[in-house]
Amino acid sequence: MKRRSKPRTVQLLELAHARSGDKGDTANIGLIAKRPRDYPLLVKQVTAARVARHFKGMIKGPVERFELPNLQALNFLLHGALDGGGTISLKTDAQGKVFSTALLRMTIEVKR
Amino acid sequence: MTTIPTPGELFGEFDGLLARGHQLANLDTGRPLRDVRDKVLSANAYLGAAPVVEALQKGAQVVITGRVTDTGLTLGPLMHTFGWSPEDWDKIAAGTVAGHIIECGAQCSGGNCLNDWKRVPDLARVGYPIVEARADGTFDLIKHPNTGGRIDVPGVTEQLVYEMGDPHTYITPDGVADFTTIRLKQAGKDRVQVSGVRGKPATDKLKVSIAYFYGYKAIGTLVYAWPDALAKAQAADRILRQRLQDLKLEFDAIHTEFVGANATHGPLAMKGLDADALPEVQLRVGVRSPDEARVDRFTREIAPLILNGPPSVTGFAGGRPKPEEIVAYWPALIDKTLVKPIVEIMDV
Repeated sequence: MKRRSKPRTVQLLELAHARSGDKGDTANIGLIAKRPRDYPLLVKQVTAARVARHFKGMIKGPVERFELPNLQALNFLLHGALDGGGTISLKTDAQGKVFSTALLRMTIEVKR
Repeated sequence: MTTIPTPGELFGEFDGLLARGHQLANLDTGRPLRDVRDKVLSANAYLGAAPVVEALQKGAQVVITGRVTDTGLTLGPLMHTFGWSPEDWDKIAAGTVAGHIIECGAQCSGGNCLNDWKRVPDLARVGYPIVEARADGTFDLIKHPNTGGRIDVPGVTEQLVYEMGDPHTYITPDGVADFTTIRLKQAGKDRVQVSGVRGKPATDKLKVSIAYFYGYKAIGTLVYAWPDALAKAQAADRILRQRLQDLKLEFDAIHTEFVGANATHGPLAMKGLDADALPEVQLRVGVRSPDEARVDRFTREIAPLILNGPPSVTGFAGGRPKPEEIVAYWPALIDKTLVKPIVEIMDV
């Protein structure tokens, strides 16, 4: 009899790469599956709500998500992420350049 | 021959525009421009590829522009060379995507590439990207042989999503590109083929980049060493904030970071952090205010922490931080009909 295997928890760093940037006070994160077959996992589990929870306390506004199946990528807009953004911001990461790797800290469940 | 499309300079036109009911509302906040009108320093509309094409058609060999979109600088020569119609929306979108990919130079040929970054070869001699374009709107990204860097599908994908908003509607003055239609293929070593790009008609607006004087900011830093580096930096931050409170110094914002612990990843980095193991932490505190005197007073509160605060502190040889002027950005939209680019041909 086949035993149902327990899902394994993995960090997004294992499954995806990413690049982020800014538009005013909004940071964007493009999350890209390393292997095309993992893209549906990202679509299912890395939801806008999940990303908003992940960045709780770091962003003031909502999170939007867009799908780019052609590139096996998701694009997230994190509003109110940059302390006003650009020259106004007092943050080291005023341009949101490293929100990308901050997202890769998130864990999701995968089947073994 | 050289040519100069005028830079969409709107500064002199401002009050007329506002008087005629153009709000120039901030695209991010919705605030009308009259809120900061007396602090405006400059205003420029972003022009598209059209004046670049006009200049090339008039025989220019070098085109010097004012504010033209990054993508327009790539799209213009493609429209000129292939005779693309400004209303052939798929071609316009394809040229726009080409421009977006190369607008940050080597950021699509191995620079700042997270994917497999350790194996990107020879970044000291990185090759800048080249668009090898075809009349049908497809193109290859390549770089010169014997240069460093790497052009591959994951790296180009990273650049495609960089500074991306809604991927279905990438808006430029020239048209609207749909990034969900882009197809990428590795067509050889350091060669990525791009095809399939679809576009939609341009909008009737141009983006205006307005700069205005916001006020002042200053950032003070001190470095605390092991043991208890983070705890010392946190104690110093509490003392500093108490001092500012006692001095009744209020700011639009006070922002503290502990560099080495939370400056880049915030609370996400503090989860499970072995703080005792940190060899050093930099305390970095910034303030901003319209009032220069307050910001200046803040800068005088950093040095006293060295002798009056937590121990094992260093990194202050640079002296007292200086208040800096903040020139802030105000994005707005304007009707295309209100901006008339002028192309001037010069013999040099």
